[in-house]
Amino acid sequence: MAKKKKIEDKKMITIYVMGKAYKVPFGLTIMKALEYAGYRYIRGAGCRAGFCGACATVYRKKGDYKFRTALACQTTAEDGMYLAQLPFVPANREEYNISEIDPNKNVLSQYYPEINRCVACNTCTKSCPQGLQVMDFIQAAIRGDYEKVSSLSFDCIQCGLCTVRCPAEITHYHVAQLARRIYGKYYSPIPKHLEKRIEEIKEGKFDKEIERLKNMSIDELKKAYAERKIEKIPRGGVREE
Amino acid sequence: MKLIGGYTEEMRESIEKVEKTRPERMKKTFEMMSLEEREEVLKKYHPDYKPGTKRAIKVGPNKGDVAPHEVVDLLEAYPLIDPKDIDLKHIDYDVDILIIGGGGAGTVAALWANDSGIPAENILMATKLRHGDANSIMAQGGIQAADREEDSPAIHYLDVMGGGHFANKPELVEALVKDAPFILKWHEELGVQYDKNPDGTYVERSGGGTSRFRLHSAKDYTGMEIMRVLRDEFRNRKIPVVEFSPAIELIKDDSGNVGGAILFNMETEQYYVVRAKATIMATGGFGRLHIQGFPTTNHYGATADGLVMSYRAGARLRDLDTVQYHPTGAAYPEQIVGLLITEKVRGMGAQPVNKNGELFVFPLEPRDVEAAAFIRECYGRNNCVETPTGMRGVWLDSPMIEEIEGKGAIQKNLDAMYRMYKRFGIDMTQDPILVFPTLHYQNGGVEIDVNARTTVPGLFAAGEVEGGVHGKNRLMGNSLLDYNVFGRRAGINAAKWVKKHAKPKNLNLKHVEDYIKELKKAKIPEERKSPMLLPDYRGEKALARMIDIF
Repeated sequence: MAKKKKIEDKKMITIYVMGKAYKVPFGLTIMKALEYAGYRYIRGAGCRAGFCGACATVYRKKGDYKFRTALACQTTAEDGMYLAQLPFVPANREEYNISEIDPNKNVLSQYYPEINRCVACNTCTKSCPQGLQVMDFIQAAIRGDYEKVSSLSFDCIQCGLCTVRCPAEITHYHVAQLARRIYGKYYSPIPKHLEKRIEEIKEGKFDKEIERLKNMSIDELKKAYAERKIEKIPRGGVREE
Repeated sequence: MKLIGGYTEEMRESIEKVEKTRPERMKKTFEMMSLEEREEVLKKYHPDYKPGTKRAIKVGPNKGDVAPHEVVDLLEAYPLIDPKDIDLKHIDYDVDILIIGGGGAGTVAALWANDSGIPAENILMATKLRHGDANSIMAQGGIQAADREEDSPAIHYLDVMGGGHFANKPELVEALVKDAPFILKWHEELGVQYDKNPDGTYVERSGGGTSRFRLHSAKDYTGMEIMRVLRDEFRNRKIPVVEFSPAIELIKDDSGNVGGAILFNMETEQYYVVRAKATIMATGGFGRLHIQGFPTTNHYGATADGLVMSYRAGARLRDLDTVQYHPTGAAYPEQIVGLLITEKVRGMGAQPVNKNGELFVFPLEPRDVEAAAFIRECYGRNNCVETPTGMRGVWLDSPMIEEIEGKGAIQKNLDAMYRMYKRFGIDMTQDPILVFPTLHYQNGGVEIDVNARTTVPGLFAAGEVEGGVHGKNRLMGNSLLDYNVFGRRAGINAAKWVKKHAKPKNLNLKHVEDYIKELKKAKIPEERKSPMLLPDYRGEKALARMIDIF
């Protein structure tokens, strides 16, 4: 809706896409900068909002030895970036039946014995574009601490950057996925109020009321809607009944 | 341009006003609108009511129905292929069930088809991007299920109908609200982790248009947590998936049933013929059509391909005349314009305030109403903040959250939001964030019944591609629920269909040929083609010098 100012008015920078130089306006994300330069993604773009891990990017800056990682959709392109994107990560993933796992054992070491090869170099942590403590959750995985792996890895978008950098060839994000599922299934019980409600629905407790609503005319339904009781929101600032 | 904590000096001046009014606002309320007031602000300010933005469809089963130009342009368009060029005798994949789309709905459908006795190797998922690259993985706020003593599926039903302007298909809403608690239990059994209180009950919050606390979340990564568990389970079952190979046309058999699809491998540019007894359309929505030029929260592949293919095969569509604009898209900084700021931010107490620091609307109206009120504040009353690139927006007073729930509440519950703003130099625990409505959801779609069947035999649909569940406006937390409820029903009912039907015979594209004839008769310009597959964001300068020589 808003009129955008012309992109040409902006300061231009030079980025190197797989080694080739392109001039692009400053202020774009890496993803948009590549598109501006003429690239059309097939691989390398997914949600475009930092949730899917499709745009894992590795780069160096001109004159800087440091090897860096980023999500192309969540990072502003800077002058002198040498960029390449990971189209795919060939990571080892074990198959398992979550219902047949014995959660009392250290299943993580069974399925992924390579976690014990971790040399604690912390490269995984440094390469995580989410800023997660990856090495710490691998250490917790070695100990079989599902809860710790779960909480430390919860924001993992499974982009694979840790895995391609790991000298011990660990597939951190698959290890964490297994740990989270074990924790979710075996250590975080189903709430009783949920089970109760499912029973009530099965018994048909709400059928009569829903049937009544279904048979209402639009005007009757509007009236019922307008008159419905709204649960008190206990926090300040919004609404008190 | 000098920035202080990510904001310009002009924006800082407005933020000072927001801070000044905060203590008073903490104690304050804003009246909810009546149905009449809602109607009024919608008619005046909601983009759906803007004249000249829609037109009647000239061809197909919904001829005469109105939809946005961007959608009609794809429906009134010629296929990417010439049916004569396709060799349907050579079958590349011969399966029981073809699932088109690799998001939440398709994944759930595959799992339940498998649970209903269809062996993994007789299922095929075809997806345009990677498995899981979908709006499902981006959903932040949560999933609704009426599972508390104070709540009931009947109350959930009433909320959904009111939010949808009473245009929803009642039996679909009934299925949605009654299946909801069961879906949560299924997730728990698969190992999905929802936020829980120390006593083991769910943390539940309210969303726009909900009359009870009913929103279950996994921080603000709810969609991602569900999707990655479902995908993990799918992989464990060894269900085949072919990525970067979208369907581009449905195939029918000699009795008029859908009997598979043509896939297009975007990397090698060859086509594949899939024969399937049942086909499940799970391609998601249309956010990337940028209706009326709006930015979008949607993933890269949300281009309405499933609507187009289903329509050509004769499936009826519904409720495509309304579009959901999420009230809170990021309006600043430029890099993230249009991206989703979850409704949970308001659910946790952050108020929308104008440039003077005034609260101007009840923070949790249904999405269409809330969005219209934001547009009114920006364009009707001119009480907005303008960014250096000319975007207008209102503040979402995020620091209120920590005042209400205590320090650390934002990182604990809204880590994705906090992280995104931090990346661009803004600390949302200290400063408010600027928002404006953004294109978010396809309210309508391919009409289904409670068994997820479309009006074409052999074709099922689930998730955002289908319509009827949400009427004219979806409520928060009902899309994750929708894809689970109807993905499951699609999988189960496709499996039932498969057991009763033989392999499709005499595969043909007669429906496509007939559609082409209809398009020609309606004098649709021949250069218009669909499905779109991917949007094109290449820069104008680059496009101007592009040549097609190999």
